[in-house]
Amino acid sequence: MGQLDRLASQDTPVHRLDPRAKVLTTLVFLVCVVSFSKYSILGMVPFALFPIAMASEGRLPLRFLARKLVAVAPFAIFIGMFNPWLDRDVIMYLGDIGISGGWVSYASIIGRFLLTTSAALVLIGTTGMMGVCMAIERLGAPDVFATQLLFLYRYIFVLGEEAMRMSRARALRSFGSHGMGMHVYGQMLGQLLLRTYDRAQRVYLAMQCRGFDGHVRVMRTLRLTGRDVTFTLGWSAAFVLFRLYNVPLLVGHFVTGLIT
Amino acid sequence: MSHHSIAVTDLAFAYPDGTDALNGVTFEITHGESVAIVGANGAGKSTLLMHLNGFLSPASGSVRIGDIPVTKGTLPGIRKTVGMVFQDPDDQLFMPTVYEDVAFGPVNLGLPAEEIDTRVTEALTRVDALKLKDRPPYRLSGGEKRAVAIATVLAMWPNVLVMDEPSSNLDPKARRRLIELLGTFEHTKIIATHDLDLALDLCDRTIIMSNGTVAADGPTHEIFRDDALLATSGLERPLAMQGCPVCGGNLSP
Repeated sequence: MGQLDRLASQDTPVHRLDPRAKVLTTLVFLVCVVSFSKYSILGMVPFALFPIAMASEGRLPLRFLARKLVAVAPFAIFIGMFNPWLDRDVIMYLGDIGISGGWVSYASIIGRFLLTTSAALVLIGTTGMMGVCMAIERLGAPDVFATQLLFLYRYIFVLGEEAMRMSRARALRSFGSHGMGMHVYGQMLGQLLLRTYDRAQRVYLAMQCRGFDGHVRVMRTLRLTGRDVTFTLGWSAAFVLFRLYNVPLLVGHFVTGLIT
Repeated sequence: MSHHSIAVTDLAFAYPDGTDALNGVTFEITHGESVAIVGANGAGKSTLLMHLNGFLSPASGSVRIGDIPVTKGTLPGIRKTVGMVFQDPDDQLFMPTVYEDVAFGPVNLGLPAEEIDTRVTEALTRVDALKLKDRPPYRLSGGEKRAVAIATVLAMWPNVLVMDEPSSNLDPKARRRLIELLGTFEHTKIIATHDLDLALDLCDRTIIMSNGTVAADGPTHEIFRDDALLATSGLERPLAMQGCPVCGGNLSP
């Protein structure tokens, strides 16, 4: 996560785009990808262009993105796990092998996961969490929402450290299976919650001390330029096109048409 | 009258669970004074500090900052006057970058953009942390965090600085730098600390708290020489006033 922050502070043409442009474009991207029918795979392929182009223009190392994707992958893998069992009707053939609808929809879920998650990672990696929060607030999301997101991001580091310290302290005084059970785990989680609650109160005091009145005011000014508008409209148009027409299929037909 | 003075009269406070934290605390601090508040753990130091900024309201007695009593209605003004540096900088640095964190207070004061920039730059320069301005606070070292936490308060241009354990968790060099830095401030300072050597270096006057009351209030040098008083308050002489561990000789006057 810290690395994502460092990457976000780079200076590339993608980083210089207005956060709002990137957030909006990503939003259109997400809606288009998610709205595909449950058996589509091929139609989604062109969408990979967006995260790949952004990542390479924004100088985000692909290995880093791949590592992050793998880290969240279990969610997607578990969500679709039972599809192959539940939906056994063969809906397509690859050569002579019949493939059931379950496997196709499972692959579709994985594909969607890869696209949406990489787009989100690329967005944060080129904009920074602060930029994203600011953008969603300027775009009309409730203030509370943006503030929550901001604080979540800020304190996840502190919380993570605290949790790590607690678990280290436990491991030091646990021998083998003694003390490592679920029971203690539950108590530790409770402790962590209480500590978090206390900290939240102290942070709130600190904010009040400095005149906090319910609105986090940000100093950075945002300016939309022609570049931003072109970026948003261009990509959005491409997404809608990819969504309405199955581009790989059309290309396939075209090529086979040329050959025959 | 000046906003730099503090008058605490007969202050009493009990926590909702029934713990008596303060039992009739009275003192007065005048313009430009630098006062250490020392005492054993649980003596009521932090509770007292919480009253100076109106975070807790007294069960009885009163707190006045300058000629303004601390009440709900006067809180915004009081909080602008009294700058508070918390014990854990992580509680105080909540914005995504150092610059934005230091700007948080001035922005809330509704200052114009150029003024905010001037204040932030000035505050960060003062604590020698200007080079950190684009860094996220959680990536700083302990000493850097402390310096930035102080800058966040300085940028509000407070008249009174209240600090809770400013030297805790600092390495000796960072601690020394902090002491030198605090020594350059002309604000009225109230420092709650267990670091009696810091008190000796920075504060001419010391208030000893014990069981929610003021056990002693006087010149730091005199107070720290009174071994009987220190013992009953759970304290001991600052290291600088103890014998040399090698030769046993007493270095201090």
